Amino acid sequence: MIGNKVFQLHVPEPQCRPGDTPDFSGFVVPEAGAAARPPVDVDAENIHNLAYDIIRVTDDEGRAVGPWAGSLTDEEALKGLRDMMTVRSFDARMLMAQRQGKTSFYMQALGEEAVSCAFQAALSPGDMNFPTYRQQGLLVTAGYPLETMMNQIYSNSADPLLGRQLPIMYSSKEKGFFSISGNLGTQFIQAVGWAMASAIAGDSKIAAGWIGDGATAESDFHSALVFASTFRAPVILNIVNNQWAISTFQGIARGKAATFASRGLGFGIPALRVDGNDFLAVHAVAKWAAERAHLGHGATLIEHVTYRAGPHSTSDDPSGYRPKTEAADWPLGDPLERLKKHLIAQGIWSEERHAQAQAEIDSDIIATQKRAEKNGTLHDGPHPSPKDMFDDVFANPPAHLIRQRQEAGI
Amino acid sequence: MARMTMIEAIRDAQDICMERDDKVVVFGQDVGYFGGVFRCTKGLQEKYGPQRCFDTPINESGIVGAAIGMGAYGLRPCVEIQFADYMYPAYDQIVSEAARLRHRSNKDFIAPLTIRMPTGGGIFGGQTHSQSPEALFAHVSGLKTVIPSNPYDAKGMLIASIEDDDPVIYLEPKRLYNGPFDGHHEAAITPWSKHELGEVPEGHYTVPLGSAAIRRAGSDVTVLAYGTMVHVALAAAEETGVDAEVIDLRSIVPLDLETIKASVEKTGRCVIVHEATRTCGFGAELAALVAHHCFYSLEAPMVRVTGYDTPYPHAHEWDYFPGPARVGKALLHVMETE
Repeated sequence: MIGNKVFQLHVPEPQCRPGDTPDFSGFVVPEAGAAARPPVDVDAENIHNLAYDIIRVTDDEGRAVGPWAGSLTDEEALKGLRDMMTVRSFDARMLMAQRQGKTSFYMQALGEEAVSCAFQAALSPGDMNFPTYRQQGLLVTAGYPLETMMNQIYSNSADPLLGRQLPIMYSSKEKGFFSISGNLGTQFIQAVGWAMASAIAGDSKIAAGWIGDGATAESDFHSALVFASTFRAPVILNIVNNQWAISTFQGIARGKAATFASRGLGFGIPALRVDGNDFLAVHAVAKWAAERAHLGHGATLIEHVTYRAGPHSTSDDPSGYRPKTEAADWPLGDPLERLKKHLIAQGIWSEERHAQAQAEIDSDIIATQKRAEKNGTLHDGPHPSPKDMFDDVFANPPAHLIRQRQEAGI
Repeated sequence: MARMTMIEAIRDAQDICMERDDKVVVFGQDVGYFGGVFRCTKGLQEKYGPQRCFDTPINESGIVGAAIGMGAYGLRPCVEIQFADYMYPAYDQIVSEAARLRHRSNKDFIAPLTIRMPTGGGIFGGQTHSQSPEALFAHVSGLKTVIPSNPYDAKGMLIASIEDDDPVIYLEPKRLYNGPFDGHHEAAITPWSKHELGEVPEGHYTVPLGSAAIRRAGSDVTVLAYGTMVHVALAAAEETGVDAEVIDLRSIVPLDLETIKASVEKTGRCVIVHEATRTCGFGAELAALVAHHCFYSLEAPMVRVTGYDTPYPHAHEWDYFPGPARVGKALLHVMETE
């Protein structure tokens, strides 16, 4: 008889917990500019290494280096910085508004601003994102009005979603931002379907799916990969690996065993891993994937390596599960600071201009917030009509809904 | 007019919709080259090409999720889940996404999908080829749920479903695919060509969703049924001599409450019949509605004849299936109750 082992269930644990000193010594930061830039029609099998590498453009001195550099003009890079600053300032104001009881809930994208702002800058009008709740940078970069975002967060009388949706579950077809759902992963396969439709219709628009590290464990992640691969859909599949799914470290979603990007390889989908805090790198990779899709070469999987610097949501306290200073020790730094340093190194930005821009953005957002609050906040001021909850369940209300509305006295 | 089976009627409806509107696409497991395991999409790929009618990976959530994305783009997908018993992996997409998209986005995005699923028992399909999950859809706000019982309705309702801007769950009683079935499994099968509702007009027509049909006018008792049970109820009425008014609901959401009310107010008695399990089945909703709206007309307690609250068995097919004997017994019972 062979000596059987007595089993013990393996449950992965993060390296550090509250009270520990953050330790990223095992996290290898590849040199900026070192990763090759393959042709956009490359086969997945020829770039396996990019699924395990981290594509970086901005070096420690703020210089843009290597074959991925140069995808943006100076003006575009300056706009990128402004977009990221806007997102961060917006998040800070809305966090405060939630603490003041003006809304029930908010989620920041602190530390992840580059991922969505840089990505959106690489898309063309008419392309469609299928975002999660942490890609507000897509809307900001696309020029969606901040006041409308606030109206949605306040569920007020000017809320475009008529008070039906939880704060931050935005929707804007016009700006290529698909309606956000609370159910994780569902939009990843819908993005693939949208891209398939574009192909069926003989269109040239592309779709972008978004998912977090934790949600890759949902079955729809797998559905999206198999459909994207089978039908060679013009879609970019983005995984935002911010290391944390609420309190669960990415190792529970098997991120420790292999990179999330590498999951694309089993489906023959070219997979790239990018420094998510490097605006220039995210933009370059997004542009590469968009060009690949536009030219009919099919899907690309991108893992954006970043860190969720803030709490998961306003209902979360990260000090209960991770070291307090972990975000500060994150080896890829802060995306705003890094782009700012790059622009200063380029000689097209300065500390003074930065401070001035920050003051302008902050005061604009405060003014916008005042305007939005005139339309009401969650518990104060004008609201959407309760009648609105009965509309749009169907294209035309059936008899039973009309009866229920009448029962409600509306 | 042509004589068609339900399969041919369903195929014809999709053919007509694809012909009329380039936005209509048909896909699912085995629906492309092969034409579907029940032949409901036969020839569509050959006629419209693999861009319009194609096979998918075996992934129900993927099929429905991709269809939602296509609907958001502006297409009109008509997709197939091979058996209703296998819709569960797609349930999140159906309930959380398709059903709510219009409402949650304030019409910014809609989900004009039709999800076809063969349903029901009576075919020795056992646990996973016989289920009737309509209550799981009827409970979800934002979904329409329809169940035709004959080729004429199958075609007209499928065209109406594909043209509808709301997501429609289109349940096809597979026991009725080739001919009407009244539960007399020992008898020879009658084909649809010998049945008046096997007469199907050529070309485009619709049967509006949300309208019931009175299959047999009667004055003694109202029978509320849909799918295969319509034929069982008709047989039970003939065999017992009870002058039952048999209503084929056709659509359970939206529901034609007016037709139900008018009938129960006339007969004063009501028997509800479905294949699905009893507890929290759609019959419970029907009973509650009739109790509320027709309470003062009722002369006897309502009776539900349904599948038992067990998984659908294999060997005990005809003990489980609510056949004409069980329905007939219920008809006689409500007539005797004061």
